[in-house]
Amino acid sequence: MDRRTLARQLSAIENGEMQVDTFTDGDVIAITGPPGVGKSCIVDAILHRLAPAKNIAVLAVDPTSPLSGGALLGDRIRLSVLDDKTKSDSIYVRSVATRSSSGSIPSIIRDLASHLLSNSFDLVIIETVGAGQSEMRCAAIANRIVVVEGPARGDGIQAEKAGLLELADLIVVNKADLEGCDKVVNDLTVSLGLTSDAPPIIKTSIITGEGLEDLSNLIFNLEERTSSKRARCRQQLLMAHESSLTSNPHFEAILDRMSEEGLALDEALRELNE
Amino acid sequence: MGGRQRIVIAKPGLDGHDRGAKVVARALRDGGHEVIYTGLRRTPEQIVRTVMDEDARFVGLSSLSGAHSHLFPKICNLLKESGLNDVVVFGGGIIPESDRPPLYSVGVRAIFGPGTPSTEVLEFVEEASTRDCGVGSDNGWIWGE
Repeated sequence: MDRRTLARQLSAIENGEMQVDTFTDGDVIAITGPPGVGKSCIVDAILHRLAPAKNIAVLAVDPTSPLSGGALLGDRIRLSVLDDKTKSDSIYVRSVATRSSSGSIPSIIRDLASHLLSNSFDLVIIETVGAGQSEMRCAAIANRIVVVEGPARGDGIQAEKAGLLELADLIVVNKADLEGCDKVVNDLTVSLGLTSDAPPIIKTSIITGEGLEDLSNLIFNLEERTSSKRARCRQQLLMAHESSLTSNPHFEAILDRMSEEGLALDEALRELNE
Repeated sequence: MGGRQRIVIAKPGLDGHDRGAKVVARALRDGGHEVIYTGLRRTPEQIVRTVMDEDARFVGLSSLSGAHSHLFPKICNLLKESGLNDVVVFGGGIIPESDRPPLYSVGVRAIFGPGTPSTEVLEFVEEASTRDCGVGSDNGWIWGE
């Protein structure tokens, strides 16, 4: 399929004008982590090393404004690999706004990823919105999760806290060229060392190139962690439930009445369930 | 049709002035549109590829370097060659009046200079989305003329 047709079909899926009936299995990797930690640059580094041998699609998610419904999608700016004509033909990058979904990826991403896999892409990389500690929605869609961390983001207790880190299949500590990176690696290693199937931790730097080769080699060979299976299913259920709520035809109208006419929450819920 | 549009804001050529492009991108975002910003120093080929892959209905070209008479027609022609005839092209930056007619004749539908209220860009998008005024259309409509 030509790129233009593919792009139009993805829009149709996103706008609810086209249904994805059969779900295609394949490698879907989520790259997630806090804002500004280097997710886009890590994606760029992976693309530089895997293209053009592999056909790779990137779904780069940025947040929709809760006020205007608009979005500024700026992840492409970091993708210098698109300037390389020997590689860019085997890469497809699509910016996606979260629209009405909560969390770091919209539920429609599952359908978009499936459609890309059924159109001869070997790998779909989802770059999530900059995400916090408890943002685990990407587990519902990706079959592997890469969490990107960086130096100077808090003390060792941060590494002990429950949440997203527990679901990671690989942890990347980026900005290894900056001071404090080794301490983060050490804190994470100690913390995760107490679990039975700890994910690998890898140190990277976009500036020096450290660790990027290892990262690209690892990405296709990540082992599934059995301990996170139930948590993934939980996220899938939550996501399906939310999308059935936001796709309710009365959703926006009820929102308007809540904000403008003071419609009570329990009343709104009752109307949505009717 | 009206409503939310996908709009690429692009900086073609060797030009580092992106304040205007960012202000327009922000205004379109606040107007409820999805804006894809390309970043600086893009080639016409890269811009057209972005418009195609992102399935954008509009592309806004910002130039303050004086190279608009070379770059804008090149992008318009590449869009047509790529079959993206329904994409609406608009421009902004430092573009003298005398340079504008040739740009309109290759398919640019609006040119916004310094001092344009951001609401005017939103009005243009709203109006253009109801018309058949893609770069490949020869209906001759120009914003504000």
